[in-house]
Amino acid sequence: MKARFSREQIPLVATITVFLLFYAAASIRFRADHFFSWAVFVNLLRDNSDLGLAAIGMTFVILSGGIDLSVGAMIGFTSIFIAWLCAHQLHPLVAIALALVVGTGLGAGMGAVIRFMALPPFLVTLAGMFLIRGLGFVVSLESIAIQHPFYDAISNFSNEVFPFTATIFLVALAAAIYITRCTPFGRSIYAIGGNEQSALLMGLPVGRTKVWIYALSGFCSALGGVVNTFYKLSGNATAGTMLELDAIAAVVIGGTVLSGGAGSVFGTMIGVLILGVIQTVITFEGTLSSWWTKIVIGLLLLVFILLQRLLQGRSVGR
Amino acid sequence: MSTVNGKPAKEVIRPWQINLLCSLIVLNVLLYFNLFFTPGFMLLEFKHGHLYGSLVDILKLSSRVMLVSLGMTLVIATAGVDLSVGAIMAIAGSVAAKLLTQDHAGLSAAIVATLGVCFLLGAWNGALVARFGVQPIVATLILMVAGRGIAQLLTDGQIITVENPEFTFIAGGHFLGLPVPFVIVLTALVLTAALTRWTAMGLFIESVGNNEAASRFAGVNARAVKLFVYTFCGLCAGVAGLIEASTIKAADANNAGLYLELDAIMAVVIGGTSLAGGRFNLPGSLAGALIIQTLTTTILTRGVPVEYTLVVKAVVVLAVCLLQSERFRGLVSRRRNS
Repeated sequence: MKARFSREQIPLVATITVFLLFYAAASIRFRADHFFSWAVFVNLLRDNSDLGLAAIGMTFVILSGGIDLSVGAMIGFTSIFIAWLCAHQLHPLVAIALALVVGTGLGAGMGAVIRFMALPPFLVTLAGMFLIRGLGFVVSLESIAIQHPFYDAISNFSNEVFPFTATIFLVALAAAIYITRCTPFGRSIYAIGGNEQSALLMGLPVGRTKVWIYALSGFCSALGGVVNTFYKLSGNATAGTMLELDAIAAVVIGGTVLSGGAGSVFGTMIGVLILGVIQTVITFEGTLSSWWTKIVIGLLLLVFILLQRLLQGRSVGR
Repeated sequence: MSTVNGKPAKEVIRPWQINLLCSLIVLNVLLYFNLFFTPGFMLLEFKHGHLYGSLVDILKLSSRVMLVSLGMTLVIATAGVDLSVGAIMAIAGSVAAKLLTQDHAGLSAAIVATLGVCFLLGAWNGALVARFGVQPIVATLILMVAGRGIAQLLTDGQIITVENPEFTFIAGGHFLGLPVPFVIVLTALVLTAALTRWTAMGLFIESVGNNEAASRFAGVNARAVKLFVYTFCGLCAGVAGLIEASTIKAADANNAGLYLELDAIMAVVIGGTSLAGGRFNLPGSLAGALIIQTLTTTILTRGVPVEYTLVVKAVVVLAVCLLQSERFRGLVSRRRNS
């Protein structure tokens, strides 16, 4: 039993090791540029907080054995929606609240279709992705700037104290860890991902939990859209294009198994940080082109997936 | 199988038949809508020995999705999915353009080399799924993410233009009055149908998709079947990539085949092949691709604001999916009976 426990931790340990190795290597390589500094680390959190929030939502979905392809579109929609509401003389706080409600509602809607129509999550969230991206374009095709004292206050706070976007990310992270580890809802997610039939037979509220999971993912990616407006100070319907891929990659690299049932939100955070470090290293390097990011992420995905397979294969005893 | 729940099998309409019927009805509704409300939509002209008109444009424009959806149908029939087809298209365009312009290779040599690369990429996906047992979504996600990077690496992030009249013939030419891309699709359909329906391959694919363990016990080499479908899908994507590059007379690693994997998957699902695997329907997938393109063309010619295109598309796709959901049909018929 003891050995089994440690084996389940191996992906997470591997993820943390890779992160530390990357970070150490980059710190040594760019020691003249002060890579190993508080400012660079905070920037890492700040620049990836929208991806991080979407990835947190994605973790819930993937833990339950599903997938959500609509997170990138949700970020684009929320950002343009908030900017549009602000341009119509609404207070940003009201706009943000409205956007979060709409985002959660859209997520819950997809969850309801998945639950009641018994359609595959892949298909439903794919249609949802088109719908939500389209809704963003309906709001406005052009990007809209946000000018409001509230946003000025937030960027002042970000510049002088601590990036506000990173704060939201860290708070959401803590909340997500609490939800997955300490609530019946969290345990239901793991149970559904492990074996939906068993979860149903155990008397867990499988249907209701599923709807909540997609609503939660919608909320998280809508929050990602909110965060996106904080550092862009504008809304853009094309924001978050292809971000769903990075979010899935972060979750997988973070040690969550795509068939569901095993993994952690903490691992996802490390996965997001690894993607961020790769991005930062390529920026620091200067001569490397942006496509190396994709190739390196692809290679990392490969390594982690094969590692997972290896461990799974062993624990099953094949 | 002669009786189902005590009723004779004659009364049973199989789900995939209903699904194909649904998609054909939707396609017909779209076409009739255009016949009555869009002037000139159904007009076919015969100029310089070639057919012209909106309908021909639809065939031409949807040829890439149709090609990819053929390969995707087989993959989905094994209960898999291939997300990397867009990236493979980008790589195919880049390889072909590079060979034609920088290495001054002949057209046939370039095409053979490109398809060889796509064959290998497809086989790579297949190996990950079949040999290492990686989930199809994840296995092909790797190439989806890395593939576009590789394509950009090949082209140095630039758009390579190809000035080769023979190469532009692939997308712009005509054969027997029909656009060449559509002729390629028809050829591919006949070849695929022959390969799967005249040999036992189609049966193997369906059995693996229905129940992999059972088919293995029945002596089907499930790994080889999976390796085959992913390789085949890679090849289809390669041909589609060539058509794409030929259409714009250039290799654009950033945008070639972007989101095309999603269109192809939708075309397959609309065509009546279930994402859960099992029975597949090649003509249905082509009908699905045609629905998507007819819808897009209709939206554009009807003058619907461009920002509504995606919303309309999403609503139609959702509607078709709902029609195919057994739960939804059950709900509707129960209400009608009570």
